[in-house]
Order: sequence, then structure tokens, then C-alpha cells
Amino acid sequence: MSDVTADAGPSGPLLAADGTPLKKKLAQTTRQAKIRALLLTAPLVVFLLAGFVFPIGQMLWRSIHNPAFSDVLPNLAVALKTWDGGGVPGEDIFEIAVADLKQSREDRSIGRAATRVNYELPGSRSLFTSTARKVNKIDGPPYKEKLIELDKDWDDPVLWSILKRVSNDYTASFYLSAVDRKYDVNGNIVSEAEVQQIYVKLFMRTFWMSALITFLCFLLAFPVSYLLSVLPLRTSNLLMILVLLPFWTSLLVRTTAWIAMLQSEGVVNDILVTTGLVGDENRAQLIYNQTGTIIAMTHILLPFMILPLYSVMKTIPPSYMRAARSLGANSLTAFRRVYFPQTVPGIAAGTLLVFILSIGFYITPALVGGQDGQMISNLIAFHMQSSLNWSLAAALGGILLASVLILYWLYNKLVGVDNLKFG
Amino acid sequence: MSGTGSGKSSTFVEFVNVQKSYDGETLVVKNLNLQIQRGEFLTMLGPSGSGKTTTLMMLAGFEMATHGDILLDGQPINHVPPHKRGIGMVFQNYALFPHMTVAENLAFPLEVRGMGQAEREEKVQRVLDMVELGSFGARMPAQLSGGQQQRVAVARALVFDPELVLMDEPLGALDKNLREQMQYEIKHIHENLGVTVVYVTHDQSEALTMSDRIAVFNDGVIQQLAAPAVLYEKPENAFCAAFIGENNKLNGTVTSATKTSVKVKLETGETVTALPVNISGKKGETTTLSLRPERVTVNPRSKSLPNMFEGIVQEVIYLGDHIRTRLDIAGHDDFIVKIPNSAAHPALNPGTKVKVGWSAEDCRALDAVASA
Repeated sequence: MSDVTADAGPSGPLLAADGTPLKKKLAQTTRQAKIRALLLTAPLVVFLLAGFVFPIGQMLWRSIHNPAFSDVLPNLAVALKTWDGGGVPGEDIFEIAVADLKQSREDRSIGRAATRVNYELPGSRSLFTSTARKVNKIDGPPYKEKLIELDKDWDDPVLWSILKRVSNDYTASFYLSAVDRKYDVNGNIVSEAEVQQIYVKLFMRTFWMSALITFLCFLLAFPVSYLLSVLPLRTSNLLMILVLLPFWTSLLVRTTAWIAMLQSEGVVNDILVTTGLVGDENRAQLIYNQTGTIIAMTHILLPFMILPLYSVMKTIPPSYMRAARSLGANSLTAFRRVYFPQTVPGIAAGTLLVFILSIGFYITPALVGGQDGQMISNLIAFHMQSSLNWSLAAALGGILLASVLILYWLYNKLVGVDNLKFG
Repeated sequence: MSGTGSGKSSTFVEFVNVQKSYDGETLVVKNLNLQIQRGEFLTMLGPSGSGKTTTLMMLAGFEMATHGDILLDGQPINHVPPHKRGIGMVFQNYALFPHMTVAENLAFPLEVRGMGQAEREEKVQRVLDMVELGSFGARMPAQLSGGQQQRVAVARALVFDPELVLMDEPLGALDKNLREQMQYEIKHIHENLGVTVVYVTHDQSEALTMSDRIAVFNDGVIQQLAAPAVLYEKPENAFCAAFIGENNKLNGTVTSATKTSVKVKLETGETVTALPVNISGKKGETTTLSLRPERVTVNPRSKSLPNMFEGIVQEVIYLGDHIRTRLDIAGHDDFIVKIPNSAAHPALNPGTKVKVGWSAEDCRALDAVASA
């Protein structure tokens, strides 16, 4: 009466009816499902690799790898690597320098190397460009003497110690710059001069403003979400459309609308003046400063707080509050002890979402932020588009990315990611 | 059993002319008058939308009566908020707070009443022992089975010693066996503690098992308020007869009536002698006759019963303890007879003819309803 399918020897593996091991049989039958799942996700995986992982990887790579100097002056770079450093090098290196400079003049590429050195030694750019212009005058040795004759800065040991440093393609100096630090002449890490310290302050401001915006979003979103979750479906759907309406409007349009609202001759100020709350001569400065950025961003990011809150609140049956009240808790206690703790997953998801979105926000601060409403992304954009210091932009972006990851990790510790509910 | 004559002291909850409307156009509860005795187990039974849950919610304080008064221990409570009514409540899906342990759930009503920790712990343990979950205090509600959650919900509604406990279809989510077991447990808790229980259900067997009295709701009106046996044996109208237990309906018109008996002519011409219950007795009045399937005698001795008919067996279903037989009698092919599964029971086969009969007292002439 032994049943073949369940017939396993005392030690042997469980066999299927046809004698193959059950595990193998199972793998065979599930293989097709696995292949299908793989095929279904393949386009997205390829897209993510090409459009997300690769570019970000490249950008981060750029923040520590800058070959501008060794590209333009390759022989000099090699020679400097073997040079022991200290003081000004000898004739042999100057000879290579002159040859490389001549070549760079032909290629018209000296600007790149000059910019790279200029990051480390501000004001040194013209040394390279002007020397390259005149380097053809040097037709023979002694190269060192003749080059110093062209520009006496070539006799500066500080210049050469920096040249030795930039001859290495790999550098941490962009990350140092991004946190207001730099190498001094001896290669020690020191603080940037006080007037030039902008990035740490800007990071702090970005985090602080993002936290404030997140908090304001929470304050505004919580009651609205609650209302949405308890209203009858028809009404709540209508209100939901109003909440989502901003999603369907261009970010630019919304930001510009805030300009129309908040500027000194704008709607809000006009109302304040008309009602006599504020005199015509001291209209409130509500835009092109931090206030403007905070107001506009709170508005723009509000739906990202409302949606997760709503989706969590929707699942809390009203019977919990009723139970709490029937057990003797007044409305406030029932809310505090029973309702609020159950909304925590939604609050966690909403705050995480809004905070992460806002520390990377760009358009709105750029348009309404003025001077003190700028955030770190605006500076990243500046280095990408205007100063063309992509390595520094990449370093700033890298720090931003790292802080988001740290934040996420912290959140996971405190709330637990499986506790987050986005919808 | 109506309670009107029992004296003021024993009436604990009283509804006086209570009406409730949600939309201002229809009344969900129509002029409700109900008195519930102290220590009573009263069940509100009815189909969904009959107003029973609304009535319960008004008593709990979650709904406001549109008109009328609700008195608790003689005091009007219309304007007392739910948390000051001191009424324990068991909800349909238990409503155990998912972020608190069982013990915290049970301590919650004591905590909001400002009870000290030592006393709280003692009470929680006592009530946990009562529902036989003594060692489950540290569990989260989600870690309990449905039946255990149910017991915690009952325990939570009782832990602060309320005099009145409301239960809103508390057993609806349990499977049949567990439901029956819990019915007895709740019944025993009620008997041991002597609390007043108002219980809402749409399950008639649950109502019959547990209640001292049952209020049958339909269409916002109490159709009948009576003890289970009375309700089953002597339904006062066609709705109660149909809603509680199984029931054969025969529609006809009254041909003659006395105080104790009425002759009713069926649509197919036969005449049935019945007990007048809810008819005026006028000649020509339409009526619905109600007859319990187990009160039909198969193969009666001739002339032993006033109503004797011959029917054709349509269907025989074996149900273990009894055999359910569907007959075609007087033009009704849904006439059910329950035959006890005893050694003496007659063997019936579909298509054969059979004689059946019933007494006039078991056949109750009620208000007319459209034949189904």
C-alpha cells in the first residue's frame, strides 16, 4: 500500500511520482514562471541600468577621478609622479614641461589643465595660458631658466607641490571642497578661509529648511487626510482630486503662480495693504528669500504627505475610536492613545518622502529663493552649468546621496522599513 | 413578559418614542419603545437595515436619537457622551487596539479611569482568567486566533465592571463550531456576572440560544418582543414566523371565524382550520397561515386531526437527525415536512403520495404577505 509520491527512504530525498527528486521536479515546474517574471522586468532593469545606475555611478566616479591634468600634460604628469617633491624640480622636469606645454599649445587644450590647477591654486590659470602662448619662444636649453624668465611664478615651490598633487588623477580634494576643507601646501587638510566657507552652511540650511517644510506639510496634511479618510467616498474622491490637482499642473506654473501671489505688489501683499494690516510702505517681503522657498515648497510637496497619511488612515476602522470612547476615553485621549499611534506608519512614510524630495529640490528655490532661499541643489546646478566644475558638483551630489542613505538607514532603525506605508 | 408591569426599579434601559433618521427623509428607527430589565440578556434580531444596529449605537452614544428619550437607570442619556455612559461594548470585528498588547488593551479602560497600576494589573489578570486566557497578556492581538480575540474583546468590555454591555454581532467573524462554543461562554459569563446584555445579531439560532428575550426588528419597528420559546411557538405576525425558524406559508381568505378557530379557504379551494392570531376575523380577509415543518404529522390516523391533506413527495433530503421532505400540497410545492429519523419513520420516495395532517393550534392565521 505504499504511496509512490510520498515514498521517501529513511535517508533519501523525497521523490515525485516519476522518480525524479521532488525538489528538482518543483524547480522544473517553477522555471517557466521565473523566466516569465524575468522577461517582464527586463526592459525596466535595462532602463534603470542605462538611465540611473550608470550615470550616477559615472558622476560619483567623476567626484574622485579628474584626469584633466594628465590628459593635457601627460609626460609631465608621469615625471611629476616620480619626482620626490619639495622645492622646485630640476632641468629634466622643466624640459618635459616645456615639451608638453608646446604640444598643448598645438592641441589648444591647455585650458582644461589650467582650470584643474586653478581649483587647487586660485589665480594660477593665467600662468598656464600665457606661458602656453609664449612657450614656442623657447627653442633649446636651459629650459628651467628660460621658463622662469617667461614667468617667474614657475619658480614657486607651492606651484610645483600642487602640480605634483594634481598629476594624480585620483583626488579627494573635491570632497574636501564640498565640506569647506582643502589641502595646504604640505598636503594637510585645513579649513577654507572663513569667507569662502559656503557649502557646510548651505548643507545645514538645506537640511533645516527641509525639516521645516516636512513639519509644515505634516501639520497641514494630517487634518486633511483625516477628513478625507472619514468622509463618504463620493465627497472624499472629489476632495482627493483637489489634492491631486497640483500634481497635474506643471511645477513651473505652480512656482510662478506663487511669485504672482507673494511678490511685494502681489495678491497677498495687496490684500494685507487693502485691509490695513500692513502699511503701503512696508509691504512684507514674502518671496525671493527663505520664506518664499518654504511657502512654495510646502505647497508643492503637500500631496506627498497627504497620500501616504490618507492611505493609512483609510485602513483604520472607525470602530477603534468608538471602542476607545466606549471604554471611557474622551475624544482627545482616544485620539492620542488609539488613533494617532496607528497613523505612525503613514507619518513615517510621508515625512521620509517629503524630506528626501525637499533636500534635492531645485526649481522652486531657484525661482523664488532669492539669495538666502537657495538650497544645495542650486549650487550643484551652478557648478554643472556655470562654473563647469563637474567634479565638485559630483562631490556635492555624492554627499547628498550619502546623507539620504544614512537617513534611510536611521529610519529603518527607528521605524522599520516594513512599517512604512506609501499607499 | 413585556416588562411594563415589572415596576420602575427593575427597568434598567428604556427607549421612549425614539426615532432616528440619517437623511431627514426616511426613518431608520420608527417610534421605538423598549424596556430592558436589569440583568436581562436581550437580543435585537433582524435582517440588515432593520434598525437594530442603529438602536444599539444610539444606546452606546455614537448616534444621536432624532426624537425621543433613552433612559439609563432612569436618567436620560441623550446628551451624555459615550465615554461617560459607562457602557461596555463588544464590536463586530472586536476593535482590539492593534498596537497594544492584550494586557494593555484590557488595562486601557482602567487607565483612563485613573486606576492605580497594582489594582489595574490585578483586575486585568482576573478578567483574563475569566475568559481562560490567563497567560496571553503579553501577546499582541494579531497573534491571537479569532476566538481568542473574541474573548479578549468580551473581557475588555467587562473589565471596568459596567452594568450594561452591548454586543454588536460579536460572533459574526467566527466559524460555526467556534461560534456555538462562544455562545455558551458568553451566556455563562452573563449568568455569572449578572450584567445586563444587549446583543445584536441577524443569526436567529444565536438569538434563540442566548437570549432571555428577543426583539425582532424589521423596517425600523419591533415586530415582536418575547422569550425565545414564545417567539418560535407563537409568532405574532408573518414576518416573525418567516424570520425565526423554518415555516410553511399558505395563503388564503377567511371564510368564517370564531375566537378560537378560523376557517381559511386556500387559493386551490381546500379549507384549513387554523388559530386566529393576527387577523380581524372578517369574512373575505386575506391571511397567511404559518405552520412549522416539525408540527406536521405524516400518515395520521384518519379523522384524528382537523386538517388532513394528501400530497405528492417532491424531494427527500437526509439530514442525519431528521429527514427533510418537500411535498406538493394544495398547489404549494414548497411545503416542508421534517420527519424525525426514528425507527418508526415512514420511508418516503419522490413521486409517491402521502397523507399529512396538522392541528388547528399549530397553524396560525397571521397577517397576509405576498406569497413567495
